Amino acid sequence: MERTILHCDMNNFYASVECMLDMSLKGKAVAVGGDVENRHGIILAKNYEAKKYGVQTGEALWQARQKCRNLVIVPPHYEQYIKYSKLARQIYAEYTDLVEPYGMDECWLDVSGSIGIYGDGEKIANKIRERMKFELGLTISAGVSFNKIFAKLGSDMKKPDAVTVISKDSFREQIWQLPASDLLGVGRATQKVLTLYGIKTIGDLANASPDLIERRLGKCGLMCIRYAKGEDISRVMPTDFEPPVKSVGHGITAKQDLENPAEVWNIMLSLTQDIGHKLRVYGKRAGGVQIDIRNNQLRHKQWQCRLSNRTNSSAIIAKTAFELFVKNYKWEYPIRSVTVRAINLHSAIEAEQLDFFGNAEETAKRERLETAIEKIRDRFGKHSIQPATLYRDIKMPNDREVELTMPTGLII
Amino acid sequence: MAESVKYRKVYVGVELSVSPQGDVRPRTIIFEDGNKYQIDRLRQKCRAHATKVGGTGIRYTVIICNKETYLYEDDGRWFVEAKDIGG
Ligand SMILES: [Mg+2]
Repeated sequence: MERTILHCDMNNFYASVECMLDMSLKGKAVAVGGDVENRHGIILAKNYEAKKYGVQTGEALWQARQKCRNLVIVPPHYEQYIKYSKLARQIYAEYTDLVEPYGMDECWLDVSGSIGIYGDGEKIANKIRERMKFELGLTISAGVSFNKIFAKLGSDMKKPDAVTVISKDSFREQIWQLPASDLLGVGRATQKVLTLYGIKTIGDLANASPDLIERRLGKCGLMCIRYAKGEDISRVMPTDFEPPVKSVGHGITAKQDLENPAEVWNIMLSLTQDIGHKLRVYGKRAGGVQIDIRNNQLRHKQWQCRLSNRTNSSAIIAKTAFELFVKNYKWEYPIRSVTVRAINLHSAIEAEQLDFFGNAEETAKRERLETAIEKIRDRFGKHSIQPATLYRDIKMPNDREVELTMPTGLII
Repeated sequence: MAESVKYRKVYVGVELSVSPQGDVRPRTIIFEDGNKYQIDRLRQKCRAHATKVGGTGIRYTVIICNKETYLYEDDGRWFVEAKDIGG
């Protein structure tokens, strides 16, 4: 039986969410920038208006500002991206239980079983596209085809807010003239080899000699040929959404060198406030803590240890980080920068083997307290409540969007 | 003359009733200044983008004093799209 597969891609996801939340950004060139107050901040995402000026993901903020004087750069709001990614998936789930996320803003849907109820693939794609706009204020581009590879290709062909159908009868005319590198699976290295043999388009690839391709590119090469011919048979695998976060870390370079343990403690305490918040947002608990200390000779040292009970508590992570520091740092030089990371992350709901010596009760109590603090911050702002010592000048760089460890594997 | 009206998101208090089946119905809107407005009728409920002020939520189309307006619930907080006077 011929399958009907959709690939839905939320357009300019981060930037679109920002513009949807703040209507005053409408019509302006907008970019999401990491670490906005820092010279080394980069563009994480941009909207179409910013694209027109040539603003690129990954470039330095100052470069982007040079290209586009009126560029509005906003800091990222990951908790919102996660929220809207989940809401989008709830919509998809109404049409099929076969939903496979690909990064935060893309999903494959196998709707073969739903056609009797909702109409053909194009109809379903358009329904989803309209709902996404009406319910979430976000646009998607969707590809509809009989395999995952072509569905993905289709979602890239018309953007934003559009549907492209690639059918079994017409795919040769529709896509064989496109560059081979448009196909998922044909990476830069593969493309280089293909070019050597004059293989430029998807059609060239489909008609290439399998022997030659296998000799030069192995099994992957043969797979690419199958893709080009529309013979991909991989299934849409329903997976539970888990932002693939491996660690959450924050680091800063101090305004002036840190000279004693008390100053290091203040910085660590401050850094871990954000770490605890992020862990809660991602629904994770840390099983260990890692610190990275750079002295004013710019030499790095890194240490890590396990936590006896997994936690998302800022205070416990701070305390552990500080103990690790006191135990290991020899104070040959003052300190220039400090990074604290929560590592060995586990889903917050995962069962845990409790350590006989750990104090699980104390940890749970501490977490409840911090959940209450979170609620206050939610309502009255991040700085409405914090450890008293942090209200003083603690050599923290001003108005920081601290160097945020990007959750790995997120597609912008 | 098409004068553009500005809107802003105003968070409000809401009195709710909950049926034994768990259906939630907003009954009264309470503004920060203490003004209360009775919701006379509930016309529709759906998830929607608040096109005038940004954001999204569960949108209730409600009738208050013969006027139709939207009331949104988002992550446990409620808001309306208020006309910005003197903005
Ligand atoms: Mg996208």
